[in-house]
This record gives sequence, structure tokens and C-alpha cells, in this order.
Amino acid sequence: MGNQTPLYHAHQAMGAKLVDFAGWDMPIHYGSQIEEHHAVRREAGMFDVSHMTVVDLVGAGVRPFLRYLLANNVDKLQQRGKALYSCMLNAEGGVIDDLIVYFLEESWFRLVVNSATREKDLAWIEQQGAGFEVEVIEQPGLAMIAVQGPQAREKVLPLLPARGESAAALKLFYGLEIEDWLVARTGYTGEDGFEIMLPDSDAEAFWQGLAAAGVRPCGLGARDTLRLEAGMNLYGTDMDETVSPLVSGLGWTVGWEPAERDFIGRAALERERDAGPAARFVGLVLEDKGVLRNHQRVLVEGAGEGEITSGSFSPTLGRAIALARIPAAAAGERCQVEVRGKLLAARLVRAPFVRNGKAQINID
Amino acid sequence: MSNTPDDLKYSKSHEWLRGNADGTVTLGITDHAQDQLGDLVYVEVPEAGRELQAQEACAVVESVKAASDVYTPIAGTVVEGNETLADTPEAVNNDAYGAGWLLRLKPADAAALDGLMDASAYQAFLESE
Repeated sequence: MGNQTPLYHAHQAMGAKLVDFAGWDMPIHYGSQIEEHHAVRREAGMFDVSHMTVVDLVGAGVRPFLRYLLANNVDKLQQRGKALYSCMLNAEGGVIDDLIVYFLEESWFRLVVNSATREKDLAWIEQQGAGFEVEVIEQPGLAMIAVQGPQAREKVLPLLPARGESAAALKLFYGLEIEDWLVARTGYTGEDGFEIMLPDSDAEAFWQGLAAAGVRPCGLGARDTLRLEAGMNLYGTDMDETVSPLVSGLGWTVGWEPAERDFIGRAALERERDAGPAARFVGLVLEDKGVLRNHQRVLVEGAGEGEITSGSFSPTLGRAIALARIPAAAAGERCQVEVRGKLLAARLVRAPFVRNGKAQINID
Repeated sequence: MSNTPDDLKYSKSHEWLRGNADGTVTLGITDHAQDQLGDLVYVEVPEAGRELQAQEACAVVESVKAASDVYTPIAGTVVEGNETLADTPEAVNNDAYGAGWLLRLKPADAAALDGLMDASAYQAFLESE
């Protein structure tokens, strides 16, 4: 038996199929992953993501520390509650993890990191923080529930403490403390909605309230196809410590300016940037019938071979789609993917594939 | 408890087989198998005329999460594949023993079905797995 979130019994009662995920017993689906996926695109769905690791950084040295720790520039966060997506790199520019950092107070920032990387992340943060006036405090007593979809906001607001009056005005990528909850207008699906950190003891009542309001429980299976359609990377699959953000479609998250900001991995990234990255990170749409899968070979005529990092079937588009790392020299939009011993035709596209319920690419 | 109709034969790799009046055999995957796979999004069936050996991979069913081969427990010649599944793979989830059939074949040995599990033996096999 693995770790259980405060919603474990609620998942069982709702018919979840539970699987091991990074040592946690988590719902993969509650009957139909595809129907859950559609519910998020069309109405509203909720995900238990309490397995994710919440880490508070507290102290007078937090901002200088984060300037050094993260590849994105934490000085973009000047208004309280603002959130930033960033990679945390090693000295070689490899990605230790990707995370969201929230600016709560000048002496209090909150990180949300992946559960599969929890131990190495905490060890790295502690080690790198040694020279700074900062305390690293994990928050294992917080549950986390994501509510996503076009109806998510109207379903969530009445169920928040103080009826969510203050949360109604939250802008995209901002969070707000309401009592001991942190309500953030963020997500991993390409839809509007909230990610909500709340005390374990409040989690089940909130979850049941959402269910009663018609929000559909969704498992990690739908979460994966939704984030893939949204063109969002999955750590450990699309990038890891052996590759940099520059070859993972995450160059936009590197805070190059100001040039004098010294962050871990900067020198290696600059060398890679100046030499020209060897690979690029692209979206793929399969033209033939079949399903794209992780690690399938991608052949680009005249440019060599690449590999699919995340592949699946897009329920919204009714096509197989993927994220892939291909040689930088690849030109044009034609390629082939080796699927179960056959070469199938695919097209290079720019992710995202779907945003706010709408296809972002042409499907003939 | 999985649905296992009494009039069918079953394999340990979770295929079902139905002996038809014309001597052909219809093959699909069991309700248990579709439940384990989850929502199917792509199904590949063999073309008519293909000769199949016993235990040969004869179809592919792909769910959102994985691709799985389907094996025929008996040898024979494919009479037809269920081409409608190209557009309606979910029929395998919704109606595994009906509209979700995968292929029909003419067995090499008319008595081949006799060696397979009946519904109660398959149920016992599922419980032991």
C-alpha cells in the first residue's frame, strides 16, 4: 500500500481505479478517462493532486536565493500572489525539476514541485540554500485540488471560505490566501480554473461540495491527455537532468535578463544557446491511423532521427498527438514515426494543440 | 465480477470465441480485458484471407495508455475483420461480446474450440490471476 491522500476513501467510494504513482495510491480514472477529459474541456472536472510537494521558503534571504536557484527570474514577481513557472537546473543546465513559485510575502515564497522528485528536490534546495538566510519548510499537511474547465470558476467560488468573494477577482496566474487556503488561478489542462491548496482536514468536504455542484472527478489519466493537448511538459518524460530547457520547448522560461543575474546552470545554458541547440522540441500530429507513444522514433528526411517524449491520443482532436525532440536541422512539416514496426506519416506543428476547448491546429 | 456469457469459449490471454452455425468462429476480447485496458481509441483488425497460426497475434487494441496485441488461440483463415471498429473503437468497451467483435475466422480444425475454457473455467481463471 502506498501513501494515501485525504481523499483516498472518497476516491474509492466514487469508483476510482487506483494505481501507484510515485509511491502514492492515486486515481487513474473513475470509469472513463475519455469522458473525464471531455468534462474538463466542456464543463468542469476536479483532480486530487495532493501527492504534489508543497515547500515554503521563509526568511529574509528568500528572494536572493530564488534568483540563484531558478532559471526563470523571480524578480518578475512584484505583486503579492503572483505565480511563476520555472525550471530548477543543475550546473550543466539539466532540468532537476519544473515547478511553480508563488510570491506570498517578501519573506515567504511557496514552491509546488513534483512528487516523483520530492526527495532530490528537497535535498538540492537545502544544499543550495546553505549560504542564504532561508528556511525550507515542507507542508505535508496540505491537500491540493485542481478544478478545471469553462465552468470551474462558477462552481468553485461559492465553496471557498468567505464564499470566494475575493477570489472572484483573481487574474490568471495569481494566487490568493483565504484563511489557511491558497487559491490560485493556475492549472495543467489548458482550461481556466483553480488549483487550491488547503488543509488536509478541509479536503473531503470541499471535494464532496464540488461533486454535489456537478464537478466531475477526473483521474491522472485525463490529466495527462489534457496537459498533452495543452502542450505542457511532463517532468521525467519530456525533460530530465540530461537535457536543458532549450531543447525541451522551455526556452521561454529562462530569464536571461538581467545578464548579471547568476543562476545555477546559466553558464551552461549560455554556451548551448550560443553554439545553437542540437535539437528542437515540437508537436506532432499523426496523419495516418494509429496512436503515438513515448519513445517512438521520429524520422525527418535530411535531418536524421528524433524521439517522441510524450505521445497519446487526443480525445478533443480525435487524432494521435505527441511532443517530440528532433534534430535542430529539421525543416518543413513532414516527418514519419515508426509505430509498431511501420512508418506512418506525421506532421510537425506548434503546440499547444488545444486551448480553452478549441483546436489550435488544423486537422483535415 | 466480470461478465462472461455461457455460450462462449475463452483463452488465458482474455479472448472470447463463439462457434457460429456456418462453422466459422468469431473472436473478440473479454469484458475483463476491455476493463483492464480502459477506453480504446484505435483497433487494427486483420484482412480477409490471412492465415493465422494458433497463438499468433491477429489484432491490435490500443487504449489511451497502451497498445496490446490480441492473440488467436486457434489456427484458421480470416473470413472478415470488423472494419467498423476503425471509426468506433469504443464499441469494444461498450459491447465487448457484440458490436465489439474483432474478427471472424474459418478454423483449420473444426474441433479446436473444444480445448478452450468454458465460462466457469474462465471465471475461475480470473479469480486465480
